[in-house]
Amino acid sequence: MIVTITLNGKKITEDVAPDLPLLDFVRNHGCKSAKRGCDSANCGLCTVFCDDKPILSCSFLAVRADGRKITTLEGLQKEAAEFGAFIADQGAEQCGFCNPGMIMNAIALFRENPDPSDEEIKAYLAGNLCRCSGYEGQMRGIKAFIAHRKAKEVNDATGQ
Amino acid sequence: MLTIRKYVKAADLEEAWQLNQKKRNVILGGMLWLRMCNRSIDTAIDLSALGLDKIEESETEFSIGCMCTLRDIELHEGLYAYSGAVRAAVKDIVGVQMRNLATVGGSLYGRYGFSDPLTAFLGLESEVELYKGGRIPLKEYLHMPYDNDILVRVIVKKQDLQCAFECVRNARTDFSVLNVAVTHAGGRHFAVVGARPMKAFLVEDEQNLLAEPTDENKRAFAEYVAETVPTGSNLRGSAAYRRHLARVLTLRALDRIGGQD
Ligand SMILES: Cc1cc2nc3c(=O)[nH]c(=O)nc-3n(C[C@H](O)[C@H](O)[C@H](O)COP(=O)(O)OP(=O)(O)OC[C@H]3O[C@@H](n4cnc5c(N)ncnc54)[C@H](O)[C@@H]3O)c2cc1C
Ligand code: FES
Ligand code: FES
Repeated sequence: MIVTITLNGKKITEDVAPDLPLLDFVRNHGCKSAKRGCDSANCGLCTVFCDDKPILSCSFLAVRADGRKITTLEGLQKEAAEFGAFIADQGAEQCGFCNPGMIMNAIALFRENPDPSDEEIKAYLAGNLCRCSGYEGQMRGIKAFIAHRKAKEVNDATGQ
Repeated sequence: MLTIRKYVKAADLEEAWQLNQKKRNVILGGMLWLRMCNRSIDTAIDLSALGLDKIEESETEFSIGCMCTLRDIELHEGLYAYSGAVRAAVKDIVGVQMRNLATVGGSLYGRYGFSDPLTAFLGLESEVELYKGGRIPLKEYLHMPYDNDILVRVIVKKQDLQCAFECVRNARTDFSVLNVAVTHAGGRHFAVVGARPMKAFLVEDEQNLLAEPTDENKRAFAEYVAETVPTGSNLRGSAAYRRHLARVLTLRALDRIGGQD
């Protein structure tokens, strides 16, 4: 089936198989940040945005993305780099395999809820598994990032 | 592995229904459950162009289209104001990205033993609207055979009702070991027990034990629920543990609808 998908701002028109997962579609187009970490819709490594909502691209057909806007980490470089530095600062990455999916979902969280409580962070990121057990470090990194953003907002407002 | 030969975005429900009469064709919900199956599908039927992804609230009811996601029903403020049971039932299912895909239609059509939303919607005395079968109570649909009709919407009627949902999971996003909804509506009480691990089971307060909701009477009803509901064993828990949970979760839910948190 011929579909037109806007991937990271670029319109792609292509003939895709009806059972091709969106994950394979984005990877075929060079967006290798999205990964397949499980076969049970549980790990969150394949997280991308479909019309700005985070979804599991392993479980979504590329044909269903026809006419929609898909964003991967490659399309969010600036936001991802700024936040990712706080995660790295906490040594919260060991193998780093879970990192792109977690960053995508954390960005979705900050857009929906700029000042989340610890419980809200845990609830939102519950579907992002890390097999190296980086959750404590991730939490510290996320909180440091939020504190940094708040301080920056205050500084911007007071002109410092 | 799941293979699909052809994908059709249905133009209307009649087209979707016609296609769905063939054995190897299948309606797509969020596809999360479907994709786990080893199955070769001839035509995959997508309902996403039919405007069924909306929750409509009127004076008398909530009408929830089958393509609404679990995340949609989790976040809907009107539904939450009416009862917290639905949000409580879906909030720990896998993760936000998964709940942005999994649909209400797929969840209720499946009538899965493990289902949390099924228990909550039963607690709310919901109805389902089937394309050919019309509007029927969900508690009837629960026992109907899996047929080729289409579940179009779920309807939650507004009534003088309180309903609380409780569950126990071994880990935050795992399936429930047991779930319970307790409802107080029009002077009646009943409990719904799901993930037994078989599908949801309703227990009415036939003896009117809760005519006066004293602590003693609440304990008596919880005991009655635990004695009445058949439970089974699997990897997540034994039948005896589930029986114990049925009592404890019924009590907790009763306290919640009684205004104690
Ligand atoms: C990893 C994982 C963990 C889960 N954990 C939980 C949990 O803890 N608690 C819980 O309650 N649920 C859980 N679920 C189930 C999930 O919430 C959904 O209920 C399930 O995926 C079905 O919804 P779906 O939209 O994906 O349906 P699909 O997989 O698309 O469809 C399921 C079935 O319903 C049919 N169907 C879909 N829509 C309609 C319709 N409108 N009319 C007629 N037939 C239809 C399909 O043809 C198919 O046979 C889990 C699922 C997964 C994959
Ligand atoms: S690959 Fe694990 S959830 Fe998609
Ligand atoms: S750092 Fe290895 S999986 Fe998370």
